[in-house]
Amino acid sequence: MPKPQPVTLFIQCLVDGLYPEVAEAVVQVFKKLNIDVDYPLDQTCCGQPAFNAGYRQEAKTAARHFIEIFEKSHAIVCPSGSCVSMVRRHYEELFAKEPRWQARADAVAAKTYELTEYLVDVLGVTDLGARYDGTVTYHDSCHLLRVIGVQQQPRQLIRYVKNTQFVEMPDSDQCCGFGGSFAFKYGDISTAMVAEKVKNIQTSGADTVVGCDMGCLMNIQGYINRNNLPIKTLHIAQLLSG
Amino acid sequence: MVLINTEKYIAEAKEAMKDSNLQKALSSFQHRIGPATAATYQKLPEGPELRLKAHDMRMRAIENLDVLLEVLADNIHRRGGRVFFAATAKEAVDYCLQVAHQHRVKKIVKGKSMVTEEIGFNEALIAAGIEVTETDLGEYIIQLAREHPSHIIAPAIHKTRKDIGRLFADKLGIPYTDDPPTLTQAARKALRAKFMAADMGVSGCNLACAETGHITTVSNEGNIRMSTTLPPIHVAFMGMERVVASLEEHDILFRLLARGAAAQNMAGYVSYVGGPATSDQSDGPQEFHLIIIDNGRSRILADVEFREMLCCIRCAACLNVCPVYGKIGGHAYGFAYSGPVGAVVTPLLVGINRAKDLCQGETLCGACQDACPVNIDIPRMLLALRAKLADGDKDWNVVRNSLAEKVAFQFWAWVISKRARYDRFLQLGYLAQKWMPGADGMISRLPLALHGWTRSRDIKSVAKASFKKRWQNRQS
Repeated sequence: MPKPQPVTLFIQCLVDGLYPEVAEAVVQVFKKLNIDVDYPLDQTCCGQPAFNAGYRQEAKTAARHFIEIFEKSHAIVCPSGSCVSMVRRHYEELFAKEPRWQARADAVAAKTYELTEYLVDVLGVTDLGARYDGTVTYHDSCHLLRVIGVQQQPRQLIRYVKNTQFVEMPDSDQCCGFGGSFAFKYGDISTAMVAEKVKNIQTSGADTVVGCDMGCLMNIQGYINRNNLPIKTLHIAQLLSG
Repeated sequence: MVLINTEKYIAEAKEAMKDSNLQKALSSFQHRIGPATAATYQKLPEGPELRLKAHDMRMRAIENLDVLLEVLADNIHRRGGRVFFAATAKEAVDYCLQVAHQHRVKKIVKGKSMVTEEIGFNEALIAAGIEVTETDLGEYIIQLAREHPSHIIAPAIHKTRKDIGRLFADKLGIPYTDDPPTLTQAARKALRAKFMAADMGVSGCNLACAETGHITTVSNEGNIRMSTTLPPIHVAFMGMERVVASLEEHDILFRLLARGAAAQNMAGYVSYVGGPATSDQSDGPQEFHLIIIDNGRSRILADVEFREMLCCIRCAACLNVCPVYGKIGGHAYGFAYSGPVGAVVTPLLVGINRAKDLCQGETLCGACQDACPVNIDIPRMLLALRAKLADGDKDWNVVRNSLAEKVAFQFWAWVISKRARYDRFLQLGYLAQKWMPGADGMISRLPLALHGWTRSRDIKSVAKASFKKRWQNRQS
């Protein structure tokens, strides 16, 4: 069997700076599959924080930087639905009046994938031979679900993890209240939302909540930690690398 | 006087979140209607893709509004109805006042209508000495309590039956009860007298059809039909975007409206009104006036970025799934329109600076678009509004929201455009957090505005070595 094509990792800023262990888990997952990974050292941010706050010129600076770094890659894989949705949906809009950049953005967007989407839809892999002792529930992150359309892929991957019992929580597709700067500027509303999310996680009986976006998980983890609740948050790569 | 309280979004939201009855009501309502509406889309004979087709129909209608409104008006004229195009809220109210004065109207019964909320109709007519009675049960309750609707379709969702029992005991002089059928009977009895005495009926308009020249009103209590047929004059108000081209398109949008609004296949009472009663009809008003309201809509129409918002048929399906609305309820939005639709349309109608919290205080989760019967891309427009606030905009008279934030993002753009700079900045963050309280790799208090997060949550600290560093170590 020929060796699968190498992948280029885009490790979003949040993971790079705050959760490097998640990126290491992604590397580990590809190692299991005997797929070479490449990590361009100049990468920084896709521009989403600026774009969502309305700062489009600044978001463009980030987008151009991203395009220049990644356009030579064969396939770009990122452990975040939100960042991938920025590249796939919003770059095109950002460069609406710059056709040359738009064409380059479209080309990059066409080969940028979220991790679980790449594993299941592109590689056709669902069993990574992982093992985790616990009861796991899955939180659907908004952009992964509604922009990228990924819903079953992470669940399929979780179901194949040995010693793991998978349970659904109520309203798994309801926003956790992160929303980037929303969580800081509208902290009270955001808190009410994450409180409900955590209540739903507790209702499921799970001891571990798994997601595909560290933004959501950082929010959920922050609330769980403050309230000393016995629930662990894990990025799906961490579950699959075990 | 039109009441605009959009500046109080954060404070009102906080109040609403403290109200445990409201929290229970919102959660139960959303859990009932939200999934039920989604299920009705799946069961459409044409399939759920009908939403996309309906979006195209609405866009076509919006792009041909001038022609469609002319056709609608001509057809209504032909049947002896009168049509008035009101450029502003004041013109709309003044026209109705003029009609009321001409006929010495003293008492008005009214069907539920959000556009009359938008133009401050009740306040203006009451100020002119005319009694206005809301006849939708929910609206009637709100009116007795001297409040404003908190949901487009379910205006009294924030009231419990005990609240209503106390209200009715106080205002209608009945013995206290919290039994819904008894309360409904009491309202019915009080309203029946109002219907019989009214000399003008006022309604909104759910949809209008240009081809046939009729407006459609929809209710589940029959009150709108009674308001518009019993009194001698019927005045209907419609937002100018609410017209559809043909009866065929009307049928599709009408079916989607019932699903979006109440997860119904069809509302209990549907009336098509195309003019006053004809000589061979024993029922119906002698005069029919249709007031077509612009009030800022032309400006929305002129902007390709926001034109899509005029596709909205005000069904409130987006409110029923919005996680932010689900926490803060309708009053926090400070204007007639709440929830995701309000977050876009209110800034466009009352001023983007003034209503900045509405479009910024949303998480962009996208549930609204999936719930919308005409698939309006609300998140796209929330982002477009934020862009106007970020950099200011002459066309919409928007001033930059925050210079400090602009400078911060310019600095951010400078940092992230070179990895070496970014690394230094990360290192700085790593060092700075040593002064912040916390334990086990979690920070419990962030400085300044960032404390909005840590008031209720901890946050992960910056790692000693970024992934890039770890990758480089791994390679060497």
